[in-house]
Amino acid sequence: MIELKGLTKVYGSKKKVTTALSGLSLTVDKGEIFGVIGHSGAGKSTLIRCINLLERPTEGEVWVGGVELTKLGKRELQQKRSKIGMIFQHFNLLSSATVYNNIAFPLTLNGTPKAVIKERVNELLALVGLEEHSDKFPAQLSGGQKQRVGIARALASDPDVLLCDEATSALDPQTTDSILNLLLDINKKFKLTILLITHEMHVIQSICDRVAVIHEGGIVEEGPVSEVFLKPKHFVTKEFINRDSVGDDGVKLAASVPRPEWAKLVKITFLGAKTYESVLSQVVRETGVNFAILQGTISTIKDVPYGKLTVSFEGEDSAVDKTLKLLQERDLDVEVIG
Amino acid sequence: MLGLDFSKIDWAEMGKASVDTLQMMGYATLFTFLIGLPLGVLLYTFSRSNSLVLGLIYRVLSLIVNIVRSVPFIILIVALIPFTRAIVGVSSGVEGTIPPLVIGAAPFFARLVETALREVDRGVIEASHAMGASTLQVIRKVLLPESLPGLIAGMTITAVTLVSYTAMSGMVGGGGLGDLAIRYGYYRYEKEVMIISVIFMVVLVQILQMLGDRLVIYFSRK
Repeated sequence: MIELKGLTKVYGSKKKVTTALSGLSLTVDKGEIFGVIGHSGAGKSTLIRCINLLERPTEGEVWVGGVELTKLGKRELQQKRSKIGMIFQHFNLLSSATVYNNIAFPLTLNGTPKAVIKERVNELLALVGLEEHSDKFPAQLSGGQKQRVGIARALASDPDVLLCDEATSALDPQTTDSILNLLLDINKKFKLTILLITHEMHVIQSICDRVAVIHEGGIVEEGPVSEVFLKPKHFVTKEFINRDSVGDDGVKLAASVPRPEWAKLVKITFLGAKTYESVLSQVVRETGVNFAILQGTISTIKDVPYGKLTVSFEGEDSAVDKTLKLLQERDLDVEVIG
Repeated sequence: MLGLDFSKIDWAEMGKASVDTLQMMGYATLFTFLIGLPLGVLLYTFSRSNSLVLGLIYRVLSLIVNIVRSVPFIILIVALIPFTRAIVGVSSGVEGTIPPLVIGAAPFFARLVETALREVDRGVIEASHAMGASTLQVIRKVLLPESLPGLIAGMTITAVTLVSYTAMSGMVGGGGLGDLAIRYGYYRYEKEVMIISVIFMVVLVQILQMLGDRLVIYFSRK
């Protein structure tokens, strides 16, 4: 649905040149929720603005729904943009217009008849749950409600793609979750392709199918969320993951606890339905090894459950090795760390 | 009272002068709005443009606006006499005062418009472009409605400035309350006429300012 090829964006004059994007390529499939995560200044804001050409890339191609945007004329680009919805960190609503008129705004741009607009806006108000606030002005709404208006407005002209620019970064955790759920609903209901940028791993973990990590204007890691989340390779990815969970600090602490020298410290990662099975106890019953859980998390990535445990096994070396082998045979990821 | 005798004031003349002032102000405000608003929008649009040509036009336009604004109004009136004759046929009285008033005030108002437009949240403009709005649509549907309170405040300041400009035009026979104050109060030492004229103008300015403030509050949604 979205394909970026060799995107480069350079700002500035001869004196001082800043490279925001350097030859970045990215593909987002139809109907998926794709997340781009990165620190501020990594280029994610420029990246999302290149997709609807709010920023024109210095080099590279931008394909959305099979059309190369950088080749379009002014009029054609305006038309194409109406099929690319966008929501923003600071909502960017018209403060002088009511909720109703804000949602109607994109439709008034292309001269949609009043009756059609009315029907569509009422539909959208119901979708985002703001029917009673139709006549209010943005200043009278809470942050979460404003973002709902933003989402309704972005959906008004029936877009193929929704771009989310740090859409939940200005919201409190509870409101963030309700907005994320709304995005997930919309994605499922309308098979809408969503590309979001964020600096919060929580957002990626909650709703994204695939994720790309952006660093210094390029993508350093990319893949299905569960893969990137559970086996991060790049140090930036690890930073993001550790900030949100106990992560490696917890493991270090566990490793520092005094334990018999023959005990083996092992990190076990579960993914999917196995997370809730009694794999571990079945295996140790078979091998006669004792274990202690030193640290652990059980949670979900989007709707896939996963678990991360740091366990110390105590027993004969051969028995412990057998335990590890059996765990691996059950498709668990096992890593001996001490 | 203080040696003042208000009984000798010619109230009919006072009334006519008041009407003249209101007329001058009304027409001048109307034309200032009609010329200054587009000029202000152009200034804003060109100043934001990436194009070299438009950037150059902005600088030229900006220079002209600054020159007109820095010429003292009283000199502007005199300098514009031939121009005024050419378009309204006379260079004094109510009609003859309106062209210099407009030319003096329009660049001033244009700057206030430009400033008000700059106050509009960039994010909202960006969002409108993202929704496929053309430049003209952004001006008409976003910039002007969003900056309405600022535009009204600017118009109020301009109208008040015009009141004092009409008074100055009295120096060159422009008519109105200012003319009266100068002819009687300044040249003939009839303080009473001057005092009443000034009081009328103070009341007029008060009314304008109050009206403007009310409208600004009414249209403010932030």
